[in-house]
Amino acid sequence: MQAIVDKEGIKRYLISLTVNGDTYTVVVKANTMLVNVLREELNLTGTKKGCETGDCGSCTVIMDGKPVNSCIILALEADGKEITTIEGVAQNGVLDKLQESFLNQTAVQCGYCTPGMILSAKALLTRNPNPTEHEIREAIAGNLCRCTGYVNIVKAIKEAAGQPVDEH
Amino acid sequence: MSENTIHNNDYAVIGKSVPRIDGREKVTGAAKYTGDLKFPNMLYGKILTSPHAHARILSIDTSEAEKLAGVKAVITHKDVPSLKYGISPARWDENIFCIDKVRFVGDKVAAVACIDEETCYKALKLIKVEYEVLPAVLDPLTAMDEGQPLVHEEYERNINTEIHQEFGDMENAFKNAHHIRKDRFVGQRTYQSPIEPHSAISMWQDGKLTIYSSTQSPHYFQYYIAREFGMKMGDVRILKTYVGGGFGGKLEPTGLEFAGAVLAKNTGRPVKMFYDRAEMFAHNRGRHAQYMEITSAVDKDGKILGCHTNFIMDGGAYTSLGIASAYYAGALLPLTYEFDNYKFDMFRVYTNLPACGAQRGHGAPQPKYAFECHLDEIARDLNIDPLEIRIRNARRPNTVTPNDFGINSCEIKSCLERAGAMSGWAEKKGKLPKGRGIGVATGSFVSGAGYPIYRTNLPHASAMIKVHEDGTAATLYTGAVDIGQGSDTVLSQMAAEAMGFVYEQMKIVAADTETTPHDFGAYASRQTLMSGAAVKQAGEEVKRQLLDMAASMLQRPVYDLDVKAGEIFSISDSSVSLSFSDAAREFFVRRGPLVGKGSYTPPKLGGKFKGAAVGTSPAYSFCAQVSEVQIDEETGVIDVLDVWDVHDCGMVINPGLLHGQVHGALFMGLGESIWEQVLFDDKGKIVNANLAEYRLPTALDMPKVHSGLIDSYEPAGPWGVKEVGEGSTNPTMGCFANAIYDAMGVRINSLPLTYEKVWRALKEKREKEQAQK
Ligand code: FES
Ligand code: FES
Repeated sequence: MQAIVDKEGIKRYLISLTVNGDTYTVVVKANTMLVNVLREELNLTGTKKGCETGDCGSCTVIMDGKPVNSCIILALEADGKEITTIEGVAQNGVLDKLQESFLNQTAVQCGYCTPGMILSAKALLTRNPNPTEHEIREAIAGNLCRCTGYVNIVKAIKEAAGQPVDEH
Repeated sequence: MSENTIHNNDYAVIGKSVPRIDGREKVTGAAKYTGDLKFPNMLYGKILTSPHAHARILSIDTSEAEKLAGVKAVITHKDVPSLKYGISPARWDENIFCIDKVRFVGDKVAAVACIDEETCYKALKLIKVEYEVLPAVLDPLTAMDEGQPLVHEEYERNINTEIHQEFGDMENAFKNAHHIRKDRFVGQRTYQSPIEPHSAISMWQDGKLTIYSSTQSPHYFQYYIAREFGMKMGDVRILKTYVGGGFGGKLEPTGLEFAGAVLAKNTGRPVKMFYDRAEMFAHNRGRHAQYMEITSAVDKDGKILGCHTNFIMDGGAYTSLGIASAYYAGALLPLTYEFDNYKFDMFRVYTNLPACGAQRGHGAPQPKYAFECHLDEIARDLNIDPLEIRIRNARRPNTVTPNDFGINSCEIKSCLERAGAMSGWAEKKGKLPKGRGIGVATGSFVSGAGYPIYRTNLPHASAMIKVHEDGTAATLYTGAVDIGQGSDTVLSQMAAEAMGFVYEQMKIVAADTETTPHDFGAYASRQTLMSGAAVKQAGEEVKRQLLDMAASMLQRPVYDLDVKAGEIFSISDSSVSLSFSDAAREFFVRRGPLVGKGSYTPPKLGGKFKGAAVGTSPAYSFCAQVSEVQIDEETGVIDVLDVWDVHDCGMVINPGLLHGQVHGALFMGLGESIWEQVLFDDKGKIVNANLAEYRLPTALDMPKVHSGLIDSYEPAGPWGVKEVGEGSTNPTMGCFANAIYDAMGVRINSLPLTYEKVWRALKEKREKEQAQK
């Protein structure tokens, strides 16, 4: 990895990462977190920060197929990785079925947890298209939501998996 | 879950679960919250806080920090107005920065503005504050004792608020009682924990201050900021972007707005200030811990004759919204059950801990927990079924509480009966296997406060609707604040319904003190009723003007015309029709902008005694909850299996959003019941100021929820609406405590009802039983 040292002796690294299909090259410090690269450098503010300690899941993105908390991933670790953020979920302005089902099931309130929830759910459905309710709950157990009690979020994920959903 | 029929038959837009107006933006990540905004030349700001619970400030030296490259401004109390603030005028006790002493770990001392976040943290470390540490008051129960240090010198014995109210004839009620019972309960300090941290971006232009803030009430911020800086309110603009939840925690100004305004002024640049999660916990303003003693007198049928509540609450270092919390704690208790004699004593005491304020349900949920447990104990003493004793005491519609709150609609009895039927109460009560139990409790809340937070004769809500020139869309301008609950959606539905228009073509501009008309904002569950009433009036004004135009276009008398879902029609002749858009366009051509406006002020409410205003409301919601739990005898682990929640919340505008409120309230109640508690070390520092150790329930913890509605109509609300978001928080803690008792025969008298407490109680019970053998 290419590194340069600034006047104060702080090392900076040139990394390259693919976000939502596009490759970006950015200069980061050893302690720069992925979430800050996404939000500050690439202006992808759909990735939220709720705690910056890996506890809330608001900053979830998919990295090489796995959901990760981007606030505890060093930008250096993301070098050469494929990342999907919430901005990359809809394709050409067409919503993903999870985004549709979140709307249908009133699974969004304040919306702050929503990007992370959708990405955790997306990673789940990609590896397990027909999850049980328990598997759904496990998959989003690292994503805290203070508004919905997860009730409608679980329903939305079921709907996106093509499963029947009780009316209330 | 089942949903009852609601009054939706005659309406085109309301009563339907239309999708959220902001849904698409939120699911695509396009929705911007304050922390997502950037402005050219923007600086970052942070606040330096106190490491001590109680200490005198001897000196502050900012010179080193000022020298650091990238630091643009450093401010302390010398650089800001010294006028005290707070949201309750009777108790203004907080300064932008501490002047002579700090009063809790986290109290505000200084602030910096720098070119980036990292420089801020470095600069904060370079500010040297010399403290003389003072003995701290950490225990609310001894805070009032003689000889304790004083948190504020002007408040003797650390008493922040003292309430003594008595209604009816208590002496007689107790003299004639068949049974008298006294119980004591303890509630814990919890924190709202919205997932979005607070932030504020301040900027000045030509003497005008603009602040983007994650706030529940732009109006109050505007008022307090103008007051603090001696500015005209018209020169202060507060607006919010999307807000990531509030639950009461974003209702009052934080240091971020005040410090940011000064830093932005001194640097001439926009300044973004923000709290991280630990700072949010330190700022706090969460739920007060309450120490609650309740004594009730009942007749032989379990009918409550009189009740005395005697409470102490830990207010923390400042008043915050706590004066209202203190009144609410006792004032709202007589809502659900009918009795004439009531006495309420309360001390809210200062301690050297973070200030407490308004958390969902305000002061009410803990007293409700206490009272619901107490009522179950009374039922057991008298051998009456817990559901039955509640039905016997349930408030009836069109009654008045002992403290002079007028109740219009009230279906609490039906809520109880329905929750009983849905849960299979009769088949389950007393018949469940050991370890499994069922409990019941009720709740109620105001639909907006009868009086504003500060003294003013402004209307509580107002609204404006502008129909676009070509008639194809309409924009609602409202000061109401959507913090996630969905008010933008509900108010847009109401606007469309009142105008005879369609929801799909509604646009909304909300919560901006410059472009939208005044509204007090999101607190006390007020917006559906109060903001809704203003919106309805505005819509009806549009409709009147539109039909007047249509009458002239169609050459028909105006009384023969009506409009619904975007179509104008004749009442007498079904062949006549004209579209809303065509008539609205013609209106613009002939008469100019088609605009409607409305405002709402509640009627004069409440009695004449001291504190009579707090708790008044045009309408009250009611609900009943039944829950079933499973307890593991070995470990004390509590598993909540099912919850049945039945609500009387008047006409429902958007059932999807309404049930969402019920789910969220239950979730918060679940957390507060079992896990959530802000804990301190012996120096007054929070030990679990993070989301790993302050344990919010996860998706794996939530029980099955069955949410039902009782058909009801509230005459004081537009289309018969009333609140749901906070009242539904009230029953949960008591309901679970009662279910645990039913399962195991142990009463947990303090919150949270942790596994450990259950385990200990079971152990004690076993030991006692063994000793008796
Ligand atoms: S912000 Fe990354 S887990 Fe909370
Ligand atoms: S919708 Fe608000 S945190 Fe989940």
